[in-house]
Amino acid sequence: MSDVRIGIFVCHCGKNIGGVINVPEVTEYAKTLPDVVYAEHNLYTCSAEGISSIRQKISEHKLNRVVVASCTPRTHETLFRNACEAAGLNKYLFEFVNIRDQCSWVHMQEPEKATEKARDLIRMGVAKARLLEPLEEVEIRVTPSCLVIGGGVAGMSAALNLANQGFEVYLVERDKELGGLLLNLNRLFTINGKAEEVIIPLIERVKNHQKIKVHTSTEVKGVAGFIGNFDVTLDQKGEERKIKVGTIIVATGAEVLKPVGQYGYGDKSNILTQLELEERLNKGMGDEQNIVMINCVGARIPERPYCGRICCMVAIKNAVLIKENDPRAKVWVLHRDLMTYGTEFEKYYQKAMEKGIRFIRYSLDKPPEIVGNNKVKAVKVYHQLMGKEMVLPCDMLVLTTPLIPHEDNQDISRMLRVSLSEHGFFLEAHLKLQPVEFATDGIYICGCARWPTDVPEAISQACAASAKAVIPMRRGYVRPEAITASVNEDKCSGCGTCVLLCPYNAIELQSKDGKKLAHITTAQCKGCGTCGAACPSGAISMNHFRDEEILAQVEALVI
Amino acid sequence: MNGFNLSRSIRTRQLLQVRRMRKITEFEPRIIAFTCNWCAYSAADIAGISRFHYPANVRNIKVMCTGMIDPGYILRAFERGADGVLVAGCEIGDCHYISGNIKAKERVERLKKLLHILGLEDERLRLEWIDAGDGRKFADTIENMAGKLKKLGPSPFKKEVKS
Repeated sequence: MSDVRIGIFVCHCGKNIGGVINVPEVTEYAKTLPDVVYAEHNLYTCSAEGISSIRQKISEHKLNRVVVASCTPRTHETLFRNACEAAGLNKYLFEFVNIRDQCSWVHMQEPEKATEKARDLIRMGVAKARLLEPLEEVEIRVTPSCLVIGGGVAGMSAALNLANQGFEVYLVERDKELGGLLLNLNRLFTINGKAEEVIIPLIERVKNHQKIKVHTSTEVKGVAGFIGNFDVTLDQKGEERKIKVGTIIVATGAEVLKPVGQYGYGDKSNILTQLELEERLNKGMGDEQNIVMINCVGARIPERPYCGRICCMVAIKNAVLIKENDPRAKVWVLHRDLMTYGTEFEKYYQKAMEKGIRFIRYSLDKPPEIVGNNKVKAVKVYHQLMGKEMVLPCDMLVLTTPLIPHEDNQDISRMLRVSLSEHGFFLEAHLKLQPVEFATDGIYICGCARWPTDVPEAISQACAASAKAVIPMRRGYVRPEAITASVNEDKCSGCGTCVLLCPYNAIELQSKDGKKLAHITTAQCKGCGTCGAACPSGAISMNHFRDEEILAQVEALVI
Repeated sequence: MNGFNLSRSIRTRQLLQVRRMRKITEFEPRIIAFTCNWCAYSAADIAGISRFHYPANVRNIKVMCTGMIDPGYILRAFERGADGVLVAGCEIGDCHYISGNIKAKERVERLKKLLHILGLEDERLRLEWIDAGDGRKFADTIENMAGKLKKLGPSPFKKEVKS
């Protein structure tokens, strides 16, 4: 006699499931499955009544496995696991069967087939539940310090925010000076204040803060470990240093695209990028009277499809500054679409038009053309709205280029085991719900490393990222899911295949009784299971997804 | 007029009956889909949230990552009579575990060659990258796969098991 006692709760989810699937029939069917001692159906299993019923039935029927057939584990697994825990049942003895999102909602027109599928899915769930084992989560101590990579406005803001909350911060900047891109800027939209008035005081506050250790001319060479216990190797001009931190914030920023070869940039002397124009504006402009700017140079093209996001505003800002400097100057902005979102940006754009700056829309099929040999003398542009070609006199051509990801983002992504987007910027865990967190626990992101941001956005993201980083540091420990791999030492042949495959360096070969054996650092294992799938001797199994459990599901389906 | 309507309704009824019978006898392939927790399983949920209908031939088995799928699981599924197996994970480059899907790709491609030698049609084992939000792709994949498998008929392994 098996001592497994399974209880099944089938949810109607109002009409969402009950309106398609014959829930009472499925429940009756569930009672016939092996080791099932109890089954009921609820209007809403997630309601207070449903939850208390789970708790009550666990003790009443001495259930030691619980299966809920309802919506999706993505939204409700924690709730039902907690209900099990509250009744004294290890939460890993719970199994979820998805009969709504993956059944009733997609087979509404075929209620009979949906009911049949629900029966199959529950049978598979029960087959797995019979083999589930209780698991214990380990508690890992968190070192109360943070590594911030990148000393621009985002990195410095994050560092200050953490340090002011009492945490030790290591701020690493690969350049000689803190400050990042802002050091090269003239003024900031929309207030048109000097960039140095923002960045210089920030640098001073960071440098003078007792809790912040600034490492300039330094690069991060290696990162090992996991949330709470990262071992970081810093490289300061060949001199190595090791530090231990609990969390990491990536604020490595981005760089401005140099449009070499485009519109004659590099060959003709009077062509600048917006960034180079900023420097000119800072030092004082010459006597140029006709200035043409071309937006979206190297952006929103097939090779680089994203929008630079802040470049329209940069162009408008610099156009305004030129006009304010010399009201007789003529400025044309050739654009493909203008991104001046929100309240302030749109107002700023309106003001620019009032000042007499001309905005002309061109299309990608007919890009502007340059006239002139050593210098640009005029720009030909097909005015889309007027439907005719215009020739604009030009003393200075300014190309608006987007921010692009640093080339070494790839190396950093590999070192930190975080993802990059298709464009080469860093990718957060969830576009909407986890905007400043990476999928790797304990690592956060802010500023232009994610995508081009302006200064206030970079600062708010820095505050958000540092606030997230504080959570595990303040709590002092983390408890990762117990879905990790384990080694059966009797079966292990010490071949080391798993060591090579593990993306988290969580496995190493250790000598034991004169034999080499794979050893998994549980805290470092993320539970991807690739080691288990590759192990030639079947010595590694993934808790909660053991071979027996998955094969039982397969076999329960095909009967 | 009445007579005409009556006869037509009888004919319709008969037709429907025939169609129903045909449907009952029509081959319904069984597909096992190994879906990764982070992308394909989520995409299957999104298909539900968006009410993208697809044939009820598929049963999902959730795994944490396609990289944990032992080729043995797929072999077992075919051995036990599955008509098709889908392995669905995150897009290359988007793997939650960095590179699990790349390992899955290598394993599935190698297994495909083996299955080919064993006489199993290529279409029966399919590998797809389905983004977490791409419910449309999940629904289309199942629809397309079920259609192809219906044309192919039952798995040759199943026939052998039965005889």
